[in-house]
Amino acid sequence: MDILQQLFNIFIFPGLLFLFVFALAAEFIDRRLYARFQNRMGPPWFQPLADFIKLLAKEDIIPQEADVATFKLMPVLALTATVTSFFYIPLWNEQALFSFNGDIIVVLYLLTIPTLTYFLGGWYSRSVYSMIGAVRSLTQLFAYEVPLFMSILASALLAGTWSLSGMAVFYNDHPWYWLFNLIGFATALVALLGKLEKVPFDIPEAETEIVAGSFTEYSGRMLALFRLSINVEMVVGASLLAAVFLPFSLDGNLVLGFAIYLFKVISIVAFIALARSIFARLRLDQMINLCWRFFAPIGFLQVLINLAIKGFFLK
Amino acid sequence: MPNKIRKLPDSGDVQVPIGPQHPSLKEPESFLLTLRGEKITAASVRLGYNHRGIEKACEERTYIQDLYLIERVCGICSHAHLTCFVQAVEEIAAIEVPKRAQYIRVVVGELERIHSHLLWLGVAGHEIGFDTLLMYSWRDREIVMDILADLAGNRVHYGVTTYGGVKRDITPEQIKDVLKAVDTLEERTKYYIELAKNEETIIKRLSGVGMLKHDDALRLGAVGPTARAGGVDRDTRRDDPYAAYPEMKFKVVIDDHADVYGRTLVRMGELMEAYSIIRQALTNMPEGVFRVRAPRRIPAGEATGRYEAPRGEDVHYVKSNGSDKPERVKIRAPTLANIQAVTHMLEDRYLADMPIVVAAIDPCFSCTDRLIGIKDLRTDKKQTLDWDNLRLSGIKWYQKRGVDFSRLNEKLKRSFK
Repeated sequence: MDILQQLFNIFIFPGLLFLFVFALAAEFIDRRLYARFQNRMGPPWFQPLADFIKLLAKEDIIPQEADVATFKLMPVLALTATVTSFFYIPLWNEQALFSFNGDIIVVLYLLTIPTLTYFLGGWYSRSVYSMIGAVRSLTQLFAYEVPLFMSILASALLAGTWSLSGMAVFYNDHPWYWLFNLIGFATALVALLGKLEKVPFDIPEAETEIVAGSFTEYSGRMLALFRLSINVEMVVGASLLAAVFLPFSLDGNLVLGFAIYLFKVISIVAFIALARSIFARLRLDQMINLCWRFFAPIGFLQVLINLAIKGFFLK
Repeated sequence: MPNKIRKLPDSGDVQVPIGPQHPSLKEPESFLLTLRGEKITAASVRLGYNHRGIEKACEERTYIQDLYLIERVCGICSHAHLTCFVQAVEEIAAIEVPKRAQYIRVVVGELERIHSHLLWLGVAGHEIGFDTLLMYSWRDREIVMDILADLAGNRVHYGVTTYGGVKRDITPEQIKDVLKAVDTLEERTKYYIELAKNEETIIKRLSGVGMLKHDDALRLGAVGPTARAGGVDRDTRRDDPYAAYPEMKFKVVIDDHADVYGRTLVRMGELMEAYSIIRQALTNMPEGVFRVRAPRRIPAGEATGRYEAPRGEDVHYVKSNGSDKPERVKIRAPTLANIQAVTHMLEDRYLADMPIVVAAIDPCFSCTDRLIGIKDLRTDKKQTLDWDNLRLSGIKWYQKRGVDFSRLNEKLKRSFK
């Protein structure tokens, strides 16, 4: 019975199937809002699903010079890593599906893997545009990862635990403490834009320069998996931010908690759509400058603030 | 194999082909960039993917047919090319164009400038990844397109100008419509100027990119907004006035940024001037005929037409021999003057700047492309390809792949004779 329960959790709810539906819904919300901000109609609700099915039916083309095994493996790996990290994030209650002390590091690590797969997939495509895109994703990784880690770990510092579920328990016991982390929340939102490669940080897939970056040579099922993994990453990233920085209404009514969880994630997706429509794409050097000169110190400031609060008020 | 990695010997440089087919290019053209990391160390431009032989085709058709052909040199500055050509022919034939026609030519010319600059703004937004600007400015461009369709019957190839005047008159109701549309557009343009001056990411992406200083602009022969953004005070509308421009009050917008940002400001400034010119032309439009009869045979002679197209000065040279067909037509589209500056503007810039630098001259490659020269690398012999040889090489190419067109070719040859 226990195994059945776990299989249900992993494959149906809140695992693969739920995540798949939610990811496509998030893509729809993102695209629809983006279109409305731009004075367009936008796609109908089933468009992401239709795109996915269409891509599945298309021919898989692998470049002659590409490393076939790596080329095929990378999309699967990207999807696996993002889905796995989802299980460790508390969603609408204090307890995630799985948790242990230190799972926050595992989640952050698993969320870095997609970027590495973009790099490897692009690099082993052996096309000049993919190669430049691959190098750009990796360069960008070093810029946004530090502010993201700093701000999330600062929040964990305040809670005094290395487990996301533990953090949820702490912030539930101290209801208004999440307000201390607002600076970190802003930094993490910006870093999330970099992680998801959205405007203004969509440098690795800048269409007008390097076609589609790492994904230039991908087609058919593998491109469908990559696109799905990007959408899943958007939901997982938003859920992580919601769990770490907006940890309220985690106890009590399941239905209400679920509704509030959806609201939190959709708000973050809406923010992404808004950022996408009001900014121009930055250059790689400008992006790195911005992250290291501005957002990394802010993330560090959040760490200092939380240390001070912990030292003076929580003792 | 165009997108294979080409590493240059003795260095870590990589050559990246942008084009002939590439998402940042609206027409096929080839740019070969040598990159060190993200930095461009060398760039070369290769023209010739769009050659249509329009000049030669003009010489084989009558002046009346040429009206339609010349208009199709460009899909955006069609009125500019047509009016430029017609002005040259009118000069040879000494045709006095009625005042009302001159005014209508100015109105359509300025509406075309508005449509072209708004289109450019959208393209520029897209090149720097700011698609919202593209959607907004192209939505507003619809207003001017509708007005042009109302005035001329067409959205792109207006066919307004003809020898001795214009083909259609403007009615008082149309004047009212145009004035109303111009008010709306002016409001929108003010918003875009505000946006360009305040939006941080736009300023970051555009300023300092694609520098073309005053002296370089003169040396490389840049024209239009590309030159005016570098402080070159040149505008054919003022320096060599044509149509009704001598009677219009307007100022030539120049800027001293010398970069893509300056070019944006110049184009936005020119939009504001265009609104004022249209208002002047419509309110002071003289009464009278809008066309005089022009002869079918143009007397022998030669003339050069100059016209300030949205992208810069357009030059048409026409030589006639007294028949109903021109003996020689030469077109110098503004992009041909500006494309020389692109390699200079790309020096020491980043790969990310390449699309916007190319877009900032507002290129129109099909207007520019002229001739294909073929050079044998082993014998260093230059040759041009005539029709028969081109057909032969095509047949050989297909024969190698197992398709034989030689019999079809013989059949076609006989049927043409």
